[in-house]
Amino acid sequence: MKRFTRLFTTLDQTTKTTLKTKALAEYFITAPDEDKLWCIALFSGRRPKRAINATELRNLAAEQARIPLWLFEESYPIVGDLAETISLVLPPPTRDSDLPLSRWIEQLRAMTGLPLDERKAQILDAWDQLDTAERFVFTKLVTGGFRIGISRKLMTRALAQATDQDEAALALKLMGNWTPETTSYHDLIEKDDPRADGSRPYPFYLAYQLESEAKNLGPPADWQAEWKWDGIRGQLILRDGEHHLWSRGEELLTDRFPEFERAPDFLPDGTVFDGELLAWDDGPLPFATLQPRITRKTVSKKLLRDAPVSLLAYDLLEIGGDDIRHLPLKERRQCLETMLENAPPDSPVRLSPKLDFESWDALADTRATARTHRAEGLMLKRCDAPYLAGRKKGDWWKWKLDPLTVDAVMIYAQQGHGRRANLFTDFTFAVWNGNELTPFTKAYSGLSDSEFEEITRWVRRNTLQRFGPVRQVKPEHVFEIAFEGIQESPRHKSGIALRFPRMSRWRRDKPVNEANSLNDLKSLLKLYG
Amino acid sequence: MTDPVLTFTDRGIYCPAGDFYIDPWRPVDRALITHGHADHARPGHGRYLATHAALPVMRHRLGDITAEGIAYGETRQIGGANVSFHPAGHLPGSAQIRIEVDGYVWVASGDYKTTDDGFCEPYEPVRCHSFITECTFGLPVFTWEPQAKVAEEINAWWQTCVAEGKTALLGAYSLGKAQRLLSLLDPIGPILTHGAVEATNEILRTQGYALPETIHVTPDLDVKAQKGALVLAPPSALGSQWARRFRNPSTSFASGWMRIRGIRRRRGMDRGFVLSDHADWPGLQEAIKATGAETVYATHGYTEIFSKWLKEEGYDAHVLQTEFGDDGQSEEAV
Repeated sequence: MKRFTRLFTTLDQTTKTTLKTKALAEYFITAPDEDKLWCIALFSGRRPKRAINATELRNLAAEQARIPLWLFEESYPIVGDLAETISLVLPPPTRDSDLPLSRWIEQLRAMTGLPLDERKAQILDAWDQLDTAERFVFTKLVTGGFRIGISRKLMTRALAQATDQDEAALALKLMGNWTPETTSYHDLIEKDDPRADGSRPYPFYLAYQLESEAKNLGPPADWQAEWKWDGIRGQLILRDGEHHLWSRGEELLTDRFPEFERAPDFLPDGTVFDGELLAWDDGPLPFATLQPRITRKTVSKKLLRDAPVSLLAYDLLEIGGDDIRHLPLKERRQCLETMLENAPPDSPVRLSPKLDFESWDALADTRATARTHRAEGLMLKRCDAPYLAGRKKGDWWKWKLDPLTVDAVMIYAQQGHGRRANLFTDFTFAVWNGNELTPFTKAYSGLSDSEFEEITRWVRRNTLQRFGPVRQVKPEHVFEIAFEGIQESPRHKSGIALRFPRMSRWRRDKPVNEANSLNDLKSLLKLYG
Repeated sequence: MTDPVLTFTDRGIYCPAGDFYIDPWRPVDRALITHGHADHARPGHGRYLATHAALPVMRHRLGDITAEGIAYGETRQIGGANVSFHPAGHLPGSAQIRIEVDGYVWVASGDYKTTDDGFCEPYEPVRCHSFITECTFGLPVFTWEPQAKVAEEINAWWQTCVAEGKTALLGAYSLGKAQRLLSLLDPIGPILTHGAVEATNEILRTQGYALPETIHVTPDLDVKAQKGALVLAPPSALGSQWARRFRNPSTSFASGWMRIRGIRRRRGMDRGFVLSDHADWPGLQEAIKATGAETVYATHGYTEIFSKWLKEEGYDAHVLQTEFGDDGQSEEAV
């Protein structure tokens, strides 16, 4: 645990990517195999299950620290992280030990199913032999949350350095449905069989937002344009008579989307599609319709009927079991079109159309109509480009519509978590409804650190009322709220819900009475909802 | 019931019997000052009273003031009040002020830390009936490691910087924390100082506080020639143009706030050392207990939470709204 905690501390202390990579690579060279495997698992989102629920854990920590629970609860938002709060309030350890990371995780896994008292005793015993930093790491593992700002890409690069392997090949090995319980470091990393697991997806190719005018991209004939759909990116894999559906966040979604069960009936084995999962009924449905399909693990018949899902396929990565990512897009597109030509009309896999265009100006006109097609804008892809791994500039661009905006008044503020603990970063905004301010959205992002610090000082001095962690503030500041879509929502007081709301500008120039009204929002709803 | 010894006004803490204020934040005729930090020693008062040790820095910072010095432990009668100043352990010259009127004793502690840092006059508990306590770090998550351990971390970081050919940039408030750090540094290499730090160093050296040799960073100093140097500067200078002259820097910051990971990360420094001139959670409990006070006023920090806790512990505890610090992390309050 000491070695892993040292790694964690080093990663946490620096903002420099090169130093992080170096520290990780060193860990991958020196740590025992079992620990390396868990380290890879943790940094690729494969966390052990929660060993105890958060309420029990808080009680246990407060009791051990000999403080009342309310005092623990007051401290938590100031620290901003539960595991950290616990590690800071506990009395110093009475013993010292250095069990390897994998042993601690083994113990945590063995805990599930034990009676609560037994689990509590084991956790107390662990806290008593770990120092503050080790306790933090251990308690993070206990709570089942382990996000520390190390991207999978960075971890993969470090592992590639440490093992002298190609980064892309390694990324492929790390994808898929493995856990440290089902494989070993040797089998996963060192063995030479990247396709041992038939469900393994390819790393997604991700696009950047277009930086300059589209016409700077060169002749239109070199480019393919498609709608940029507002769904979730997915990879559908047909191998060995089975099908697997992956999200871009590498979540295996197969069971949540039974629509694709019949894909192997009319699509050949050894095929991998890249596309967008959309709620679809003769055409795209609003994103809100798709939402329950993403979150719910069991799918009722009613839900299946109300929110049928299709994959709008726009790329083909594997055909006849062969990886064709190196082929130029126009050839992959050809294969994709041929493959879907004879699919039945109600096929859950559909071809995402190509948008033909003669000139960039003509395409700009098409782009302007994107919202009426329930698209966020366009995707531009270079016709002779291979399918790359990860976020790369040059061949794929997002050409999104400019966001919709409204000017709104900040009325509530709440402190952030983690890096933003002690700063007011979570705000509720309102628009005018007659003489009243009606709240309609929250937003957390879009301001710079120094703006957040400024608004934090202002909130402290201008609090009207406190409701637990939420402060009602003087309605004095107007912010421009940008968002990607607007929908009706009976759950909200305002009757509307926004997609991706964020603060795009602090309108210091605008007095509060010039903020937008609920009627303004309703007209946007009529246009784009 | 007799009148209270101290009352709380919009100018600051006031003693009606002696007609004076303690650390007032608006101009008054007569001000008793606990220590020289800007949120406690403000300009514009008619007369100042502070410890002999605190005065030179105050004069430097406030300019031409009418001020009188007093020795630690010396009792002075002001109107109907007897006042005396006692070490607060916060920084050189810092004091708690004891006020006695008709046998009732109040102590205004200013800022304090209970552990002996080996540099400034160590904190002494003063018995009283009512105690005004700061609670900058009045939460159970704030407990300090022994100073020797933190010093070891800082020196190890400096050593690493030297080995890697980096300049060690250490951020610390220029009055108090900077000098305490100087007293903790091993003789690893030359110590360079920002003007704000050096000005305080000079004053304290003249007063007889033992500080290691430092080199003031002036425009004509060849910083490249200072191999293996550590640079001590106020935190605000570390991100400024001033700091760009140091090649390949490793930045760090020494403050009690560095105990919290989120705050540490937001500072964007390479390292954060948990070193404070304020009492930690156990220190506050210990200090309050040692005064024997039944009534406690909490100011400067997590006042609501801290006074609620004290009430549960059986004290007659109150929140005192002051304009010390800034409900958080002003540079003075670290």
